[in-house]
Amino acid sequence: MPELIEGSLAVAEAVRLCRPQVIAAYPITPQTHIVEALAEMVANGKLDADYITVESEFSALSACLGASAAGSRTYSATTSQGLALMFEVCFNVAGMRFPVVMSIANRALGAPLSIWNDQQDSISLRDSGWLQFYAEDNQEATDLHYIAYRVCEDPSVLLPAFVCFDGFILSHTYEPVEQLAQADIDKFLPKFAPKERLDAADPISFGMFASPDYYPEFRYAHDKALKDSALVIKKAGEEFKTLFGRDYSTMVEGYHLKDAETVLVAMGSICGTTKDAIDEMRAEGKKVGLLKIRVFRPFPTEELAKALAGANRIAVLDKNISLGSKGAVALEVKDALYGSGIPVYGYIIGLGGRDVRKKDIKEIVALAEKGQGDRFYGLRTEVL
Amino acid sequence: MVNKDLELFDCGHRACGGCGAALAARLVLKGAGTNTVVVSSTGCMEVFSTPYPETSWKVPWIHSLFENASAVASGVVSSLKKQGRTEKVIVMAGDGATFDIGMLCISGAFERGHDFTYICYDNEAYMNTGIQRSGATPYDASTTTSPAGSCSFGNKRPKKDMPQILAAHGAPYVATASIAYPMDLMQKVEKAINTPGPCYVQVHAPCCTGWGFEGEQTVAIAKLAIETGLWVNYEMIDGKVAKVKKVVRKPVEEYLKTQKRFRHLFKPKRQDAEIAAIQAIADRNAEKYGIDIKLKKE
Amino acid sequence: MALAVGCRARPGKARDNKTGSWRVFKPVFDHEKCSQCGTCKTICPEGCISESADEVFTPDYTYCKGCGLCAQECPGEAIEMKQEEK
Repeated sequence: MPELIEGSLAVAEAVRLCRPQVIAAYPITPQTHIVEALAEMVANGKLDADYITVESEFSALSACLGASAAGSRTYSATTSQGLALMFEVCFNVAGMRFPVVMSIANRALGAPLSIWNDQQDSISLRDSGWLQFYAEDNQEATDLHYIAYRVCEDPSVLLPAFVCFDGFILSHTYEPVEQLAQADIDKFLPKFAPKERLDAADPISFGMFASPDYYPEFRYAHDKALKDSALVIKKAGEEFKTLFGRDYSTMVEGYHLKDAETVLVAMGSICGTTKDAIDEMRAEGKKVGLLKIRVFRPFPTEELAKALAGANRIAVLDKNISLGSKGAVALEVKDALYGSGIPVYGYIIGLGGRDVRKKDIKEIVALAEKGQGDRFYGLRTEVL
Repeated sequence: MVNKDLELFDCGHRACGGCGAALAARLVLKGAGTNTVVVSSTGCMEVFSTPYPETSWKVPWIHSLFENASAVASGVVSSLKKQGRTEKVIVMAGDGATFDIGMLCISGAFERGHDFTYICYDNEAYMNTGIQRSGATPYDASTTTSPAGSCSFGNKRPKKDMPQILAAHGAPYVATASIAYPMDLMQKVEKAINTPGPCYVQVHAPCCTGWGFEGEQTVAIAKLAIETGLWVNYEMIDGKVAKVKKVVRKPVEEYLKTQKRFRHLFKPKRQDAEIAAIQAIADRNAEKYGIDIKLKKE
Repeated sequence: MALAVGCRARPGKARDNKTGSWRVFKPVFDHEKCSQCGTCKTICPEGCISESADEVFTPDYTYCKGCGLCAQECPGEAIEMKQEEK
């Protein structure tokens, strides 16, 4: 039975069910409700974890790294400035191949300071070697934590993951979410038992340095493991579907894709608004569809190219911008469709919490039909 | 009781001949024993001991970043506690990683009171990157970023008092030690490890390459540091100084003359005012910690 | 040897690096003068000086870097640094 619950609390409950042994987190808007809820669970004996109230996000992820190395399932959550502070540690955790799962309540990066949603924070770490999942709604935000731990801890993967869900829009919104039972999750997610850990019985040195004779090979192996995780995502998603009915086996998901002439591509909660807009456009006879990207790293190049092969044009919605260039998702989509002849138009939208409405989606479709793209959408020219 | 005959730091590491830090690593591990997890910061010790695939560490060891060893150790301690395991956790970090870039993490870890031991091997500069000044660099020492020159006598600031800072965090046991007194060092390490809570041992580890002396003098120079009062070996139990090593004090000049990093105090011209200022530091240490052996006059 | 996941290793391979090749001077031990105090073994930064069952101290020349600390610290002056013959 789905219950109406605030996104952050649904995520906290999902994390609880995953039985992390060590949690290290630092408060930052809009993730605070998650870490507060988890602290309360620990204080009331509902979650048997060691909760480290670290002195910064940098230390939060560092503590998770240490705990993971010693053999514990660990968890952290952050956003925006906090994630930026973790930059160095992110590359370190991934390169050392520790399967930490971290919730990102997506928020814009300063300067200028903003507490509101966009996806610049997690997207800016797309090079770091972490898996990246993006949730459309709070059900996905919840379920993706189970998928993430299961995939990350697979011996062929051993990589960390961001589970991204839009700050405020999802984190602070009440939506119906079906929570699974502890017995369900225990069936799906086995105990974390890494073959290699810090252990006096089998001493290993972790985090050695690599000379030029070895470094490229380590990076290759990491890249390969990240790309190959697509298969593990598929298997885990299929099992989740068999057990619980919801399908996470694919990295992209189509909506009204089959005969669509214009296909929108987007990640996160904007997909919900887009689907509503598409329903209205379809009712008027417009052939529009959506391809939702649920996994951004590894990037689903082949899946995406296959799904978009029949479209006349693509309109990519980017809640981020690689300053001096274009939106990150648009660049990846253009790369995936290179040689296909299908035009790809990118739109920078929703930055810093600027509201995205159904009429914006419709206007973007109209712009794409006119061949006008690669721009900021919806600027308030009167303030410029 | 730890078996102090065990060699837990393997031969084949790439430390300079006569390296104080390598000796410190060996002795610390003898004091700690096999049931130990070591968390290292980036630095000389980490670099000379773990070029993939060669590692000298015969205990479980982890290196993450330059500044986060205390935070990583916090996570390790937490994890081991939840798993009901008995391994002791020690951090091994240089002075740069400890006094400067690691301050955030060390303060947080000590404030939270994790049960671990932090060992700082103090060679008084950023040695691995080429001998740059750190918060542990002594007054008037010449380093590449605080060089002696026509307008400068070298490093302008005294050593940051890390032991006091960590005692102020409520550390139950804080100690200074030196590779000059190996038994004392090993005992202090063992004591720190067996004291519940966050403990700190700062080990003086002279660097022949960085300070400018021949490797065979490493122990002798470490002894002179103590005999002149520029380094004091002591313990702090719950913040109160106890068990100080007493000496028949030698003038600081005897120590300064042995190292190229202080040569500018003697050549081309003898700098009496600077030498006096350094003597004053030693005299203050002597008074503060009570290190002078009072010889009875006949 | 397959590449380790995440740049990690078990102990052992450090011994492949025979640092004895660094030496210019070699410590020569006069066992007659030795008082078996064990100082040399304690302060060797390589940990390459071993003690036999009958208290004879010998450096492992495969790894001895010839730093001279043992010779300098030996209280009985039983160790002498001699130029290595090539």
